[in-house]
Amino acid sequence: MEYEIKPKNKLSLGLDELWQFRELFYMFTWRDIKVKYKQTVLGVLWAVLQPAAMTALFTLSFGHLIGQSYQLNMPYPVFALSGFIIWNIFSSGLSSSANSMITNSNIIKKIYFPRLIIPVSSVLVSIIDFFMAFVIFIPVLYYYDCSFHLRALIFVPLSILLACMSTFGLGLFLAAANIKYRDFRYILPFFIQALLFATPVIYPINLTNNKVFEFLMLLNPMSAPIELFRSSFTNSQMDFTLLTVSISTSFCLLLIGIYYFRKTESYFADLV
Amino acid sequence: MKPILEIQHVSKKFRLNREQQSYVSLRDSLSGLFKRKNKSEDFWALRDVTFNIEQGQSVGIIGKNGAGKSTLLKILSKITPPSEGKIISRGRMASLLEVGTGFHPELTGRENIFMNGSILGMTRSDIKKNFEAIVDFSGVEKFLDTPLKHYSSGMQLRLAFAVSAFLQNEILVIDEVLAVGDAEFQKKCIGKMEDVSKNEGRTVLFVSHNMAAVKSLCSSAVVLEKGTVKLVDKTEVAVSYYLKGASDILNKKTFDDDYNKPDFKLLELSLHSKGKPSEEPLIENEEIELETQIEFKNDSYAFYHLTYHLYNELGEAMFSFWHKDVNLRKGSNKIICTFPKSFFNTGSYYLTLFVVKNKTEVMYKETDIISFVVVDGDRPMGTWMGREPGYIKPTFTWRNENI
Repeated sequence: MEYEIKPKNKLSLGLDELWQFRELFYMFTWRDIKVKYKQTVLGVLWAVLQPAAMTALFTLSFGHLIGQSYQLNMPYPVFALSGFIIWNIFSSGLSSSANSMITNSNIIKKIYFPRLIIPVSSVLVSIIDFFMAFVIFIPVLYYYDCSFHLRALIFVPLSILLACMSTFGLGLFLAAANIKYRDFRYILPFFIQALLFATPVIYPINLTNNKVFEFLMLLNPMSAPIELFRSSFTNSQMDFTLLTVSISTSFCLLLIGIYYFRKTESYFADLV
Repeated sequence: MKPILEIQHVSKKFRLNREQQSYVSLRDSLSGLFKRKNKSEDFWALRDVTFNIEQGQSVGIIGKNGAGKSTLLKILSKITPPSEGKIISRGRMASLLEVGTGFHPELTGRENIFMNGSILGMTRSDIKKNFEAIVDFSGVEKFLDTPLKHYSSGMQLRLAFAVSAFLQNEILVIDEVLAVGDAEFQKKCIGKMEDVSKNEGRTVLFVSHNMAAVKSLCSSAVVLEKGTVKLVDKTEVAVSYYLKGASDILNKKTFDDDYNKPDFKLLELSLHSKGKPSEEPLIENEEIELETQIEFKNDSYAFYHLTYHLYNELGEAMFSFWHKDVNLRKGSNKIICTFPKSFFNTGSYYLTLFVVKNKTEVMYKETDIISFVVVDGDRPMGTWMGREPGYIKPTFTWRNENI
């Protein structure tokens, strides 16, 4: 086996290398999950409790108001919970992957493996969390007399996939940028909070007639996965413009994220 | 056969950003917000480093702090790319820049073995296969299911080293891992590393400040200085080259007219390992000679003698000695005192010279007239490579009698 170590010039995905190190995806994800819920009494239940608590909070405060004013096609708790469990893939995946390179800096400085593994694994953790929450979501759904349609078999995986793509894309970009400019670390929580209000999580997409707001909702890469997820158990008509634009945003984010990450990754150890 | 590792013209550049200093006014700060100051300066951590390593060789990399050792290791380990040049490797490389990379305090010993093993590039099946042996080697089987944060630092270290000991890669790059740990641990490490390089025929690159370890483990060594290769040679030669450059403490001192007194003139004071010039480092397990050249101008020599006080690096007096059985004479004297083999422990020592008249009256005294450094010799494998406590390690006569 012969290989060369030389100055970096060409940009490649390095898929063969990723395949070679495939077990590390599993190890990092496994470690992050283990560590995340160590020394907690409720353990992995927290993955369920967080969206449940948020849903309860919003049901008690705005639920009545929103349920009356808009055509939801489902009870408000189902609406909010379905929104939150998808949204959480994005919000927790993004914040952990954006900081992942910094929290793992001691490893980055001491050993080589494809750097992509670290942020991708932290997104995988939030997907595991999603599945935990999903298990709770099903009884809630049936309690409120809703049920999955057959198309859920396509729509649910598709919506998870889209949520992952946006999270990966933005997460990779921020992970790389965070190494050089720690400012992102401080902007991020605010950004995620703000984005929540431009996403149909707690209120439906046709909330306002404000053009700017509608445009933001449209561009928002998380709109499509949430809408897709919800339409797997309602009869509501899907907005195809929204789907197309939102999905394109996801793809763009993914491409930009991977490109920027691969372009800068070889110098991470020098900067971190 | 082609060399297993070819390092060709490797250079590494870092950009140092100089912050603007001194005069700061509000206007400067404000304009600074909009202007990008490009006060960067290039710094070459490595410059045109070229050497080859043959299959099965164990090579030491030595140099002072900042000579570029760590940068070279990082490039070899692919942690950071070279700015110029390339490295051709013909084997799988594993780098141990630290033992226990990826250890997490919240995970148990068992879990950390898997985590650390995977990060080092072992497959899960490799780890499973060697699991028993790793646990056995580490000696922490009782605590396998305890979170690592409850381990003592020694236990963590043993566990970490145990995992790395089972790496199967053809090339091992090892940084100063011996700087830590107790005597028993060091012995185990060195033993294992010897095994890997000498018996299994794998290639080892070893960076250390511990010359005893380098001498014992490596057949050849590379001396780095300010980012360039100064010498590639047998370990023996490379180490003594390095030590010569490293110690700015001279083993020889020639005196000028300040030391010209009415009755005598001090000419020269020097130390050397027996049979070697005083430019060579003083080695702990060789005989060391102290040579004093002094000239007595008149017949008063008969009333004089020389006394020496020896101090350790903390300034504590160790002992006093003088040329008891040797008489001085008129004219030039070259008196030589021989310290037996393995008398001094490694370290720095300071000598104070007294010229005494009539055994009581100090005519002349010079504190710290000369200082010297005693360095490690090579030691048998499997022995402790660190520094023993104390300053002298005399050889005594022992016997075991039947009762």
